[in-house]
Amino acid sequence: MPLLLRRHSVLPGFGLALGFTLLYLSLVVLIPLSAAFLKTASLTWGAFTAEVTAPRVLASYRLTFGASFLAASINAVAGLLVAWVLVRYRFPGKRLVDALVDLPFALPTAVAGIALAAVYSTNGWIGRLFVPLDVKIAFTPLGVLVALTFIGLPFVVRTVQPVLEDLEPELEEAAATLGAGRLQTFARVVFPTVLPALLTGFALAFARAIGEYGSVIFIAGNMPMVSEITPLLIITKLEQYDYAGATALAVVMLLVSFALLLLINLLQWWTRRRRAAA
Amino acid sequence: MTALALPSQPAAPAAGARRIDRATAEPAWVRLALIGLALAFLTTFLFVPLAAVFYEALRKGVVVYARAITEPDALAAVRLTLLAAAISVPLNLVFGVAAAWAIAKFEFRGKNVLVTLIDLPFSVSPVIAGLIYVLVFGLQGWLGETLRDHDLKVIFAVPGIVLATVFVTFPFVARELIPLMQAQGVEEEEAAVVLGARGWQVLWRVTLPNVKWGLLYGVILCNARAMGEFGAVSVVSGHIRGMTNTLPLHVEILYNEYQFAAAFAAASLLALLALVTLALKAWVERRFSH
Amino acid sequence: MSIEVRNVTRRFGSFAALEDVSLEVCTGELLALLGPSGSGKTTLLRVIAGLETVDSGQVLFHGEDATTQHVRERRVGFVFQHYALFRHLSIFENVAFGLRVRPRSRRPPEAEIRRRVHELLALVQLDWLADRYPHQLSGGQRQRIALARALAVEPRVLLLDEPFGALDAKVRQELRRWLRRLHDEMHITSVFVTHDQDEALEVSDRVVVMNEGRIQQVGTPQEVYDQPANAFVYRFLGNVNLFHGRVQEGRALIGGDSVAVPAHGDTPAGAALAFARPHDIEVLRPRAGAQGIAARVEHVLALGSLVRVDLRPDAGNEVIHAELSREDARGLALAAGERVLVRPREVRVFAA
Repeated sequence: MPLLLRRHSVLPGFGLALGFTLLYLSLVVLIPLSAAFLKTASLTWGAFTAEVTAPRVLASYRLTFGASFLAASINAVAGLLVAWVLVRYRFPGKRLVDALVDLPFALPTAVAGIALAAVYSTNGWIGRLFVPLDVKIAFTPLGVLVALTFIGLPFVVRTVQPVLEDLEPELEEAAATLGAGRLQTFARVVFPTVLPALLTGFALAFARAIGEYGSVIFIAGNMPMVSEITPLLIITKLEQYDYAGATALAVVMLLVSFALLLLINLLQWWTRRRRAAA
Repeated sequence: MTALALPSQPAAPAAGARRIDRATAEPAWVRLALIGLALAFLTTFLFVPLAAVFYEALRKGVVVYARAITEPDALAAVRLTLLAAAISVPLNLVFGVAAAWAIAKFEFRGKNVLVTLIDLPFSVSPVIAGLIYVLVFGLQGWLGETLRDHDLKVIFAVPGIVLATVFVTFPFVARELIPLMQAQGVEEEEAAVVLGARGWQVLWRVTLPNVKWGLLYGVILCNARAMGEFGAVSVVSGHIRGMTNTLPLHVEILYNEYQFAAAFAAASLLALLALVTLALKAWVERRFSH
Repeated sequence: MSIEVRNVTRRFGSFAALEDVSLEVCTGELLALLGPSGSGKTTLLRVIAGLETVDSGQVLFHGEDATTQHVRERRVGFVFQHYALFRHLSIFENVAFGLRVRPRSRRPPEAEIRRRVHELLALVQLDWLADRYPHQLSGGQRQRIALARALAVEPRVLLLDEPFGALDAKVRQELRRWLRRLHDEMHITSVFVTHDQDEALEVSDRVVVMNEGRIQQVGTPQEVYDQPANAFVYRFLGNVNLFHGRVQEGRALIGGDSVAVPAHGDTPAGAALAFARPHDIEVLRPRAGAQGIAARVEHVLALGSLVRVDLRPDAGNEVIHAELSREDARGLALAAGERVLVRPREVRVFAA
């Protein structure tokens, strides 16, 4: 393997460990993923574009990407707030709250889906409060937004939190001695420092949201053209044995995901550089 | 690891002394408002839905609850869920250790690409994770005919469920171990080799004991995802009751049949699993930080 | 146990860490590899240990070729710069490690392991720490445990990488005297790497001065200090004043002064660099007929038993540093701004 030049080391097991890693990675991830691209290659370009730009499909993109973007934005604001409160202030039950922030990571998405549907339906604990305003949440696009906000929450909190913890108090003290008020200090000193982490958290939440399935389908209502997300459309096509159609949509989603992965890697590299330079 | 690093608060002012706020602290009302806002957000999006699971599960009484979680289909679903986790977690654990050993302890070209590829399953929608296995092992797939000729079933059967679970939990252990083992360097391993230790001895006696908390952390997260996976498993399962239903799929079927109490009863088991996971995770983080 | 390194070259990419290095380490001696960072001294130590391979050349242990021998088979004791103690094992288990990982046929029985470990812990005077863990120990204690662990496998040679590098000044002093005494008791062939010339000169039997992957000089501490082979060695071993001048008929002409350089009759006449140590600089009050470099006192600083004087010559920009004894300084009673004459008592010249 000329690609894998290595420097000498006295430690054993390099060949075995790398060989197993590459084999397992290929079998579980790379070869099956390539199946999606090869399957799509059997379609003509015209058939492919027709598949991925059908009106129902376009509507699902709008909902999936639009709701994901909005949810990630909500998470950026709320996540920064939660991270700030957890790092800077004391209050009773803080340790518990801190641990529960990871709930969306740990709670199976199906459970989250039915729980959110129950709470945000018109007779649910929270949905009920919106009835007088004539606002329905569950079984509308708004429900999709709620579910995507739920599953994206920990990403922003957990990327911003360590950066806030590392922030030297001297920086803020210096700003104070130079005459800056608290708000100015936050806007000019704290915020720029956490910005790379905040953007990373946003991108992670967004990437997770566009692929999300389990928590959304129970609360979305799944009406074609209105509240149908792209992953659900893939499953629908699959259940109709339209493998080519399902795969074409999957390839579009995969390309978006890979682009996001690249972006996230760049953002993380930027974050690390910022922190190393500080 | 996270909650413990509190900035030191100013000591309570002596009686009668005028309180001077620290230059870098917000006024009390701002603090209270921010805490209130954060908790309100977390309550509407996290705490209320979590409470709703247990409330709905027990609404029809303990008897209904008990019956729901002990009926044969529910038990079969629990068994399959445990089986999928029992296969996929050890596989990904071995993979994680091997990948971290190669990546953290050796220099080679293409390393960054490899690290990115290992993270790939996290950025793939679970639905697509299921789909790609259908494309390989399904009746129309690459290996479809071969499998049929040998009377083997992967899709709509247990092997497919296990494969999908392995895929979605693939990076968990590796991504915990790689940065940890990189940070620890190779000096201790070299010292062990100079003192005469052989390959497995270095791994067992030096490397693994040093990363045991990170390893456990990865396993806990990996296990939670393995038991809770829904989208990917849903695509490959075929939803055959008592046969290819995992617990999350069982929840879906009951819910779609309007058996809400039973659906939430099954869901409450998974919610408990999530809470145990979070408790273990918090415990490991605290051990870790020492 | 003697070690011989023959024509070893080791490159990392385009960087030559070792360039045709040959060296002999005699049985029972304590040898220092001295050089600035990047000089190749650590690479040479790791090559001897077998932790690093060579591109060409040989390493011989007691006359036998060990170049391709695995580090495990070489039976070397290696003390790492940052000790590399196993943080999850107690001090006792750290020292016992090398015995426990032996194949069952060669592994000593448990009682024997206990006896050996306690013997070694007693040797490094830390028996009372057996049940502690590495993070509970001070730097100096960890250093001694690392040494005990290396000795537990009864190595044929002992190799130490910057053994005192991570310690504070006072502990360093004590430990290096202790290491010297320990070596005198055990007489195990030992090589240690250091960038600190005091350390090398004080502890070792012989010093190997290295720079840019090559050996510059090998000799006893006295030899390398008094008869440095080249300008690099002279500069590296202690503070030094540099004079640009000329060599003519066995004398160095420096800024209107001339100093005899009898030992350097072989330096070709012409432009030369002359070096003088601060303690070889004489400071005189100007008198009629007195020769020397005219200079002005810039700064006088009493440092313990010495007085350090910075002098700025009328010609040239480089400050001359002189170290006077307290008595001499008192006799001269120098103050900043005063004019004096400076004379190097002894210089070494190298062709410019």
